[in-house]
Amino acid sequence: MLDKIKEFASEFFVTGDPLIYGADVSIGLTLIAVVTALTYFKKWTWLWRDWLTTVDHKKIGIMYVIASLLMLFRGGVDALLMRTQLAIPDAEFLSPEHYNQIFTTHGVIMILFMAMPLMFGLFNLVIPLQIGARDVAFPFLNSLSFWLFFFGAMLFNVSFVIGGSPDAGWLAYPPLSEMSHSPGVGQDFYIWGIQISGIGSLMTGINFVVTILKMRTPGMKLMKMPMFTWSVLSSSLTILLAFPILTVTLALLFIDRYFGAHFFTLDGGGNPMMYINLIWMWGHPEVYIIVLPAFGIFSEIVATFSKKRLFGYKSMVFALMSISLFSFFTWAHHFFTMGSGANVNIFFAITTMIIAIPTGVKVFNWLFTMFRGRISFKTPMLWTIGFIPCFIVGGMTGVLLSVAPADFQFHNSYFLIAHFHQVIIGGVAFGFFAGLYYWWPKVFGFKLNEKIGKWAFWTWNIGFYVCFMPQYVLGLMGMTRRVSSYGWDKGWYELNLTSTIGGFLMGIGFLFQVWQILHSIKFMEKDTTGDPWGGRTLEWSIPSPAPVYNFATLPQADEKDPWWEEKRRLAEGGAPKPQSKLEPIHMPKNSGVPFIMSAFWFVAGFGLVFDWLWMAIPGLIGVGACMLYHSFNYNTDYYIPVDEIKRTEAAARRVI
Amino acid sequence: MMKGLRRLTAVVSLFAMAILMTGCSDKLLVLNPKGAVGKQQLDLILISTVLCLVVIVPVLILTFYIVWKYRHKPDSTTKYEPEWEHSTKLEAIWWGIPIVIIIILAIVTARYTYNLEPSKPLEHEAKPLVIQVTSLDWKWLFQYPEQGIATVNYLQFPEDVPVRFELTSDAPMNSFWIPQLGGQIYTMSGMAMKLHLIADEPGSYLGMGANFSGREFGKMQFTAKATSQEEFDTWVKQVKGSSPPLTDEGYEQLAIPSVSDVTTYSSIPEGLFNRIVTKYGGHNHGSGGEDANGHSEHDAREEEVATESPESTNHDSSNHEGHTNHE
Repeated sequence: MLDKIKEFASEFFVTGDPLIYGADVSIGLTLIAVVTALTYFKKWTWLWRDWLTTVDHKKIGIMYVIASLLMLFRGGVDALLMRTQLAIPDAEFLSPEHYNQIFTTHGVIMILFMAMPLMFGLFNLVIPLQIGARDVAFPFLNSLSFWLFFFGAMLFNVSFVIGGSPDAGWLAYPPLSEMSHSPGVGQDFYIWGIQISGIGSLMTGINFVVTILKMRTPGMKLMKMPMFTWSVLSSSLTILLAFPILTVTLALLFIDRYFGAHFFTLDGGGNPMMYINLIWMWGHPEVYIIVLPAFGIFSEIVATFSKKRLFGYKSMVFALMSISLFSFFTWAHHFFTMGSGANVNIFFAITTMIIAIPTGVKVFNWLFTMFRGRISFKTPMLWTIGFIPCFIVGGMTGVLLSVAPADFQFHNSYFLIAHFHQVIIGGVAFGFFAGLYYWWPKVFGFKLNEKIGKWAFWTWNIGFYVCFMPQYVLGLMGMTRRVSSYGWDKGWYELNLTSTIGGFLMGIGFLFQVWQILHSIKFMEKDTTGDPWGGRTLEWSIPSPAPVYNFATLPQADEKDPWWEEKRRLAEGGAPKPQSKLEPIHMPKNSGVPFIMSAFWFVAGFGLVFDWLWMAIPGLIGVGACMLYHSFNYNTDYYIPVDEIKRTEAAARRVI
Repeated sequence: MMKGLRRLTAVVSLFAMAILMTGCSDKLLVLNPKGAVGKQQLDLILISTVLCLVVIVPVLILTFYIVWKYRHKPDSTTKYEPEWEHSTKLEAIWWGIPIVIIIILAIVTARYTYNLEPSKPLEHEAKPLVIQVTSLDWKWLFQYPEQGIATVNYLQFPEDVPVRFELTSDAPMNSFWIPQLGGQIYTMSGMAMKLHLIADEPGSYLGMGANFSGREFGKMQFTAKATSQEEFDTWVKQVKGSSPPLTDEGYEQLAIPSVSDVTTYSSIPEGLFNRIVTKYGGHNHGSGGEDANGHSEHDAREEEVATESPESTNHDSSNHEGHTNHE
């Protein structure tokens, strides 16, 4: 009996590497510390009532941001482990198995569990405020989306200590991801972690499309929406069309693995190439899903900090929408070398190049927003200015990669690695950082320390170029991606070492950011204006942090930059807009169902990973029970009485 | 236009040469091709780089200029037009310029894509040498059907003779890449891809498996050695004389996932390559009617297998469209 338990434990828990044990211990200690702190300070009810059951978009946004920063830490550690292994030739810091796991989890975490939730966090924090709404269209669904993402991400991360991590690459091409080549549970963690959080992503997409189309404040026509709102609309529409493909693809892979089907196997009439097509039909739109909102953020920031209207509004809208449309017709450029023939390659080469046109136009419009403006270099603007040259160069190498016959020489090499990190870090990460710095005072009521922020900006930026510029050259030297070691004879040593140094510089940049946040929480003064940057859009017209109902009365927005116009009118001695009479505000009630239901999903997913039906079936029943319960629960809303609104507003005004 | 482009490209090439001279020339494999295919691909890389730089360099300069000039100072004297938000003329310019550049690049790309279609035979008086490539877990098997020999993780062929690679995989997909001779192509199970390359001068070139295919894929590197025809013939004789034969059992052993050193074989089993290709595709149509339900589509790879005997080297069908000859 004891032997059996021992044997089970040795397979169940990941064993072997001292690194793993170190991580195990630190995870364990952190958990114990959190539980102890919550108990000691009697914070369990607070946690449950104020956070776990909340349907308030502002709080959900904060939880998204915290979770994504934790994931950024994990994904970043993965990156540094890889860079350490590659710093010198023939290194034995990581074994090939371990290296394969790390590049797989690095990719999955950075795209799906870092970039996506950070983006959703910003959607949540900003969109309702920006369009003058009191919450998103479906607050309950919003909470459910978050918890599905959270438990999906946790399920994926559990594979670090239990069962073993997936190691077939971030897109898990078959047959490597099939039972024949990955018999372990790592690949099942991959499937279920992504499936569960993917459902959440799809629902968030639906939620924001409806929110933006149906919940705008009176007067705000589509062509008067702030550019960030437009970018979220285009991104959410892309989610709507792309994520079902991912869900179906991973479901087919699961059926292959679990029921022994042959969709993507080598034998039995299966075709792995079909998977590669399907996964990139989602995968390419996915990169536009995350970069479009970053474009929106830059558009807001560049106008605010140049104290000038955004240049070329209609062009910008048209560019956003055309990018999201064309993103669905470029997927095959990820495998020009599959030999689909010249005609197919030419088609996808040209569709890919076409995307460069609207993207280039956006850059020009940002530049001409600054032109004849008054540019101040606050941290959000710094990241925006850092982004422009970085994205121009990254975009150029993207065009080079789109030239199909030239891609035969770039494909799978470090040239490609350098390219996509340049557009994803330089575009997406810089964009979301800029957004966080920009809206931070709106969310928390104080700014982040500018001085530490500048240190963070410069270490990140310098680190970025030191890390990734050498990788372009390494690609031309023939270094292929995903190799875990290389010999002294290749001559790749110096550039790899340089690249590693750059990677660690970015790590230091991240530490500066953590320090900046902690320092600012302790020392930064409260912003009493609600509008610390001289903003242009509606979110800056209300106190920071926003009251639970956001707007006491819905603002009238007849112009493009309504708050900017209002401020100008007031400065010119005009009267403030007449406010409509206060009325009781209809609000959604908190609910524990999303949390519980997602926890059941976690249980079901874990059971399916280990093929434990005794666990999976009750988990799924739990999910169904939660759905039933919620369907028949009519006690979901309440009204905030006028008195209370008056009191809240008075308190907020006193602060002002 | 094309002429101007060529000239610009020549300037950039000179510039690139200057960089190469500084010492790391032999390391930048892609920029230092030794074969016709790689050279054309380099031309294309340089042309597209120039086309991109035409837009990007001015934009980068403009960026720094604007950011510097319009930075906020207490005593700013630069123009400030907070309401200026639209100019049809300006926007037409920056929609127009990228469109023009992309049209040019698209035309160039399309021409090169037809010219450099990997399945298309190279224009050359010499008859191509056929080498059948199989990617295994985690090694490369090269069969020379005309010479009747095989090697593992080592390639040798005569310089200035086109080589027609026929590629498949008996393991997860990989990618066959010899950067100095030309770009890569995937090796996939159940189908035989074609790739035509040529070495213009003798030398040892780095070859590798570029696509992740499992634990030890990083070890799937090989040397591709181009020699004179005489040296090649001597080498073949030597292999025939001194190496063990590759048997079917030997192949089964070889296919087991492991890392391998360089090995040579004096003979190859009859039709081994075809059997590797068909073993994944055969199921579809069943063998001898035992799979009555195998009504699956008559897909391209099935046809391809049928034409893939070493004798039918003149076929240019496969999954690629046939193309007109070089201009």
